[in-house]
Amino acid sequence: MTAINLTERIPNNVNLAGDRTLQRALEHWQPRFLNWWHEMGPEDFSAADVYLRTAVGVDAQGWASYGHVKMPDYRWGIFLADQIADRTIGFGDSFGAPVWQQVPGEFRSQFRRIIVTQGDTEPASVEQQHLLGHTCPSLYDLRNLFQINVEEGRHLWAMVYLLHAYFGRDGREEAEEMLTRHSGDVDKPRILDTFNEPIEDWLSLFMFTYFTDRDGKFQLKSLAESAFDPLARTCRFMLTEEAHHMFVGDTGIARVIRRTLEVMKEHGTADPAAIRRAGAVDLPTMQRYMNFWFTSSLDLFGSEVSSNAATTFANGIKGRPDESQYQDHNCSNATFEMEVPDGQGGVKKDAAPLRNAMNEVMRDAYIKDCEIGVKRWNMQIQRAGHEFRFSLPSPRFRRSIGAWLQVPTDPAGNLISAAAYSEGMPNWLPSAKDKAFIKSLMQRVVAPGKIAAWIAPPDRGINNLGLDYEYVKLA
Amino acid sequence: MNAVLNAAPPAVTFERHPDTYRHWKLTVDGPVATLALGIDEDGGLRPGYRLKLNSYDLGVDIELHDALQRIRFEHPAVKCVVITSARERMFCSGANIYMLGLSTHAWKVNFCKFTNETRNGIEDASRHSGIRFLAAANGTVAGGGYELALACDEILMIDDRSSTVSLPEVPLLGVLPGTGGLTRVTDKRRVRRDLADFFCTTSEGVRADRAKQWKLVDHIAKPAQFKQAIADRVAALVAQSPRSGTQGIELTPLAKTIDANGYHYRHVDVTIDRSTRVATITISAPAGTQPETLPAIHAAGAAWYPIAMARELDDAILLLRTNELAIGTWVFKTCGNPAAMLAVDATLKQYSADWLVNETIGLLRRTLARLDVSSRTMFACIEPGSCFVGTLLEFALAADRSYMLAAADDDATAPAIVLSEMNFGAYPMVNHQSRIATRFCGDPIALAKAHGAVGKSLAARAADEHGLVTFTPDDLDWEEEVRIAIEERASLSPDALTGLEASLRFPVAESMETRVFGRLTAWQNWIFNRPNAIGEQGALKVYGSGAKPKFDWDRV
Repeated sequence: MTAINLTERIPNNVNLAGDRTLQRALEHWQPRFLNWWHEMGPEDFSAADVYLRTAVGVDAQGWASYGHVKMPDYRWGIFLADQIADRTIGFGDSFGAPVWQQVPGEFRSQFRRIIVTQGDTEPASVEQQHLLGHTCPSLYDLRNLFQINVEEGRHLWAMVYLLHAYFGRDGREEAEEMLTRHSGDVDKPRILDTFNEPIEDWLSLFMFTYFTDRDGKFQLKSLAESAFDPLARTCRFMLTEEAHHMFVGDTGIARVIRRTLEVMKEHGTADPAAIRRAGAVDLPTMQRYMNFWFTSSLDLFGSEVSSNAATTFANGIKGRPDESQYQDHNCSNATFEMEVPDGQGGVKKDAAPLRNAMNEVMRDAYIKDCEIGVKRWNMQIQRAGHEFRFSLPSPRFRRSIGAWLQVPTDPAGNLISAAAYSEGMPNWLPSAKDKAFIKSLMQRVVAPGKIAAWIAPPDRGINNLGLDYEYVKLA
Repeated sequence: MNAVLNAAPPAVTFERHPDTYRHWKLTVDGPVATLALGIDEDGGLRPGYRLKLNSYDLGVDIELHDALQRIRFEHPAVKCVVITSARERMFCSGANIYMLGLSTHAWKVNFCKFTNETRNGIEDASRHSGIRFLAAANGTVAGGGYELALACDEILMIDDRSSTVSLPEVPLLGVLPGTGGLTRVTDKRRVRRDLADFFCTTSEGVRADRAKQWKLVDHIAKPAQFKQAIADRVAALVAQSPRSGTQGIELTPLAKTIDANGYHYRHVDVTIDRSTRVATITISAPAGTQPETLPAIHAAGAAWYPIAMARELDDAILLLRTNELAIGTWVFKTCGNPAAMLAVDATLKQYSADWLVNETIGLLRRTLARLDVSSRTMFACIEPGSCFVGTLLEFALAADRSYMLAAADDDATAPAIVLSEMNFGAYPMVNHQSRIATRFCGDPIALAKAHGAVGKSLAARAADEHGLVTFTPDDLDWEEEVRIAIEERASLSPDALTGLEASLRFPVAESMETRVFGRLTAWQNWIFNRPNAIGEQGALKVYGSGAKPKFDWDRV
C-alpha cells in the first residue's frame, strides 16, 4: 500500500501525508488492524451496511458525518482537538511551564505505559462485545453497538498514533501487542481485569457502557490535562465520542426499566418471578448487574494510596479531571482523608498525602457522576408509584485492589464475616440463574421499527431519523 | 513519614516454623517442594510500611531461610523446589521501597547481607545437596523478585504479553540491585553487557519473549501451558538430582536463654560486654557419647552435636548482627575435649555420602561462611582448656587475628591446636576456597605443610611455624597483650575496619559470591550513603511521594 492511498483512507489532521515515519508505521500496522477487526470484531456483520457516524474533522460538521458504510470500510481516522495557543502545564511540579510537544526522555516510559494501558482497553471492549450483534433487541440498538465498536477501534487508532509518532521502535512494538492481547484470552489477556470480563448480553452491555465507559471518560479527562500536548489533544477529541457510549448505557438501562414498569403495571405485581414470566427484567436482577459492573469498574481507578498516582501527577503526566476547577495545582502539602479497614474488623480514618490519593479523588468524582443516572432511574420508578430504589454499592464492597481487597463487606459497606459474605454473594451479584434468564431474553429482532419485548423503544432515533429507519441493512 | 527503622527493641528473632509463616506456604509432594509467596501486606517486621505487590522485608526472608533449612533437613526426599507466587500476575516486586526509605543505613546493609546469604544458600543447596530450584514466575518479576529467581537453577516465566521482568533500581530508586542482580545477570546468566545496560536502566523491564531472547530467563510458557511447563521442568530437574533421603529429621526449637549479658545455648555461649563493645563467643566441643553409626546419627537428629552447634551458632550470629550493631569485636573461644571433637570430625568425614551428614556439613559450611562476611572484627583466643581442633579450628582460621598462649614445654595445660581433614575443603568460604588455603593466599607449599600436620597436636611454637596463628604471647605477657590488642582494635573507625577486614578476608581468588558481596559493600553502600539516594531530595527518599529526586550531577 502506498502512502498516498493510505492518507486517503485515513482521515486525519496530523499531517499524515507529510510524515514519513508515521506512514511507515501505519503501512505495517493498518493491515494488521483490519485482520484483527475481521477476527475479533463484530461477528458476521462484515457485509452489513451500517448507518454510522464517521469523524472526518474536528469541527462541528466534521466530527459527526453520517452515512451507511460497511464496517471493514469504515474510515478510522486520527484526530487531535485543536491546539490551544500558549497552553501551559496545569498541575504538578512543572506548573505554568509551556506544555510539551515532544515526550521528555525522563518521562518516556511512564507516558508509554499509561498510553498502552489506556489503548489496551479500546480494542478489548470490541472483543468483549463481539457476539452481541446476534442478539440485538432492535436495528437501532444494533447500530449503536456498531457505532461504539468502530469508535473504540478509532480510539485504539488514537493511542496507536501517539505510540507511532512519539515512541519510536518501542512504540511500534507496543502497538502490535495491542492487537496480540485479547480479552479473556487466558494466554494473552488484556491488561486490566475488567476488560477480560465477557459481555454476553445486552443488559451487561448497557451496564458496561454506563459504568465502565464512564471510567474511560474520567481517565480521558485526566489525560486531557496532560502536559504532553498531543496526548491531551487526542483525549479531548476522544471525549466527544465517548459521550455517545455512555448515552447508550444510560438510555439503555432507562429503557429496560421503563419496560419493566409497564409490565409491573399491566400485571399489577412487583413479584420478580411474575415479571420474569412476563418476559421483562425484574428490578432486583438489574440491581445485581449494577453491583457487578460498578464494583468491577471501581477497581480500574487503582489503589487508594498509590505511588504511581503521585508520580504521574507530580510529573505532569496525568492530572485530575477538570483540573482548572481546583485552587491548588501542586498538592504536595495537602492530605486526603479516607476510610480504610483498621485490620481488627473495624474502620479507621487515614490521611494520605493528596498526590498519592489522586486515584481516590478521581474515584470519588466518578461515583458522584454515576449517581446522577441512578437518581434519574429511581425517579422513573417513583413516578410509577413503586417503593423499589436502585443504589450503588459501597466502594468497600467486592474490591479486588487496594485497602479493601479481600475485606468482606455487604453492598452497603458494613464489615461482615467471610461466611456471611459468601452466603450473601448470590443475592448481591448476578447468579447463574439470573444470567440464564437474561440470556433467554436475548432474541434477535431485526425488522425495522420492531423491538424486543424486554426493552422499551428509545425516545428518538439517530440523527433525527425515525425509529423505523433501517439503521442496519443486513446482507 | 514516621519512625526511622533501627535495631531498637523489639529485637529481631530468627526462629520460625512453617505452621506460623505469614508470607510463605511450603508444601511438599514427594520429590517436589513448592514455596508459594503470598506476602501479608500488614505483616511487616517494623511499623510504617505495607508490603504491597508481594514486596518483602527482612521478616519475609527470615521465613524463606527457615523454609530452605527445613527442606534440607526435614524433607530429604525433595529433589526440586519450585519457588512461585500465590498471587496472580505478580511473582514478586522485590524489597519494599518504603521499608528501605525508612531504614537506617545499617538496617539496609544487614538486610541485604542476609538476603544475599539466603540466595547464596539456594545456590549452595543446588551445588552441594543436589536440590534443584525452579523459579516459576507466574507474573511480573521485579527487582529483588528477579534476584530471587536468579538464585534458582532455572527461571520459567509466564508469557502473557503483559508481565515483565525488570531490575528497575537505577531508574526508579537511584540505587543498585542489592542482592546480586547485576552480578548474576552477567556472571551466572552471561547476559551481554550492553543488553544488561539497557535492561537495568529500563524501569518497566522486558516481556517474556525478549527476556528469553536475552537470556534473562530460561523458559517461557503461555498461561494455559504454564502448569504443564512447570511440571515438565520439575521432571527434568528432579531427574538431575542425586538426592536420596527418605526419612527427615525434625528441626526442633533451639533451647536458649537470652538475658542482658548475652545468649546462652547448649553448645554456644555469647556474653556481651557493652562497655568494651566486645562479644565473647564460646563454642563447646561435644560432650558425652556421640553417635558413631548412621542409624545412631539419624536417631539423634537435631540433637546431634554438629547440627545443634551449627544451628545455635547461626542463630547467635544473626541475633548479634541484627540487634547488636555497636558490639564491633567478636572474640572466639572454645572449650571441651579435643578428642571428642576430632571423633565427630572423623564421623562427618566417614559418612559424608549420607544425606544427613552431607546436610550437616553444609549447615556448618554456610554458618561459618556468615562469619567471613560479617562486618565485625573477629579475634580468636587460644588458651588453656580451649579446643581449637578440626571443625572448631575454623573459628581461629576465620578470625582476623588469633592469639595463642605459649606455655612452658612441660606445662600439661599448654593449649594445642589440631588440624583435621575437615579443614581442607569441607567448609569452603564464599570464594569457594577453604579457609586454610585462603589463609596462605593459595601458596601450595604452605598448604601442603599444613596438610602434613593433620592430626598432630600443635602447641604455640609449632602452630606459629605452620603459620596457623598470629601471635603467641607467653603466660607473663598474655593478659595484657590480649587486652590491649582488643581495646586498641575496638578504638578504630568501625567503617574503616569493615572495609579493611572485607578486603583482607578474600585475597587472590574471587568468586561470583565475593563479587556480589564486594560490590554490595563498595558500590551499593556508597550509593546508599550519598545524598542522591538518601538526601531529603534523594531518589530513595522521595520515591512514591510524586516528588522528583534532585540529583547532584557531578560524577564522582
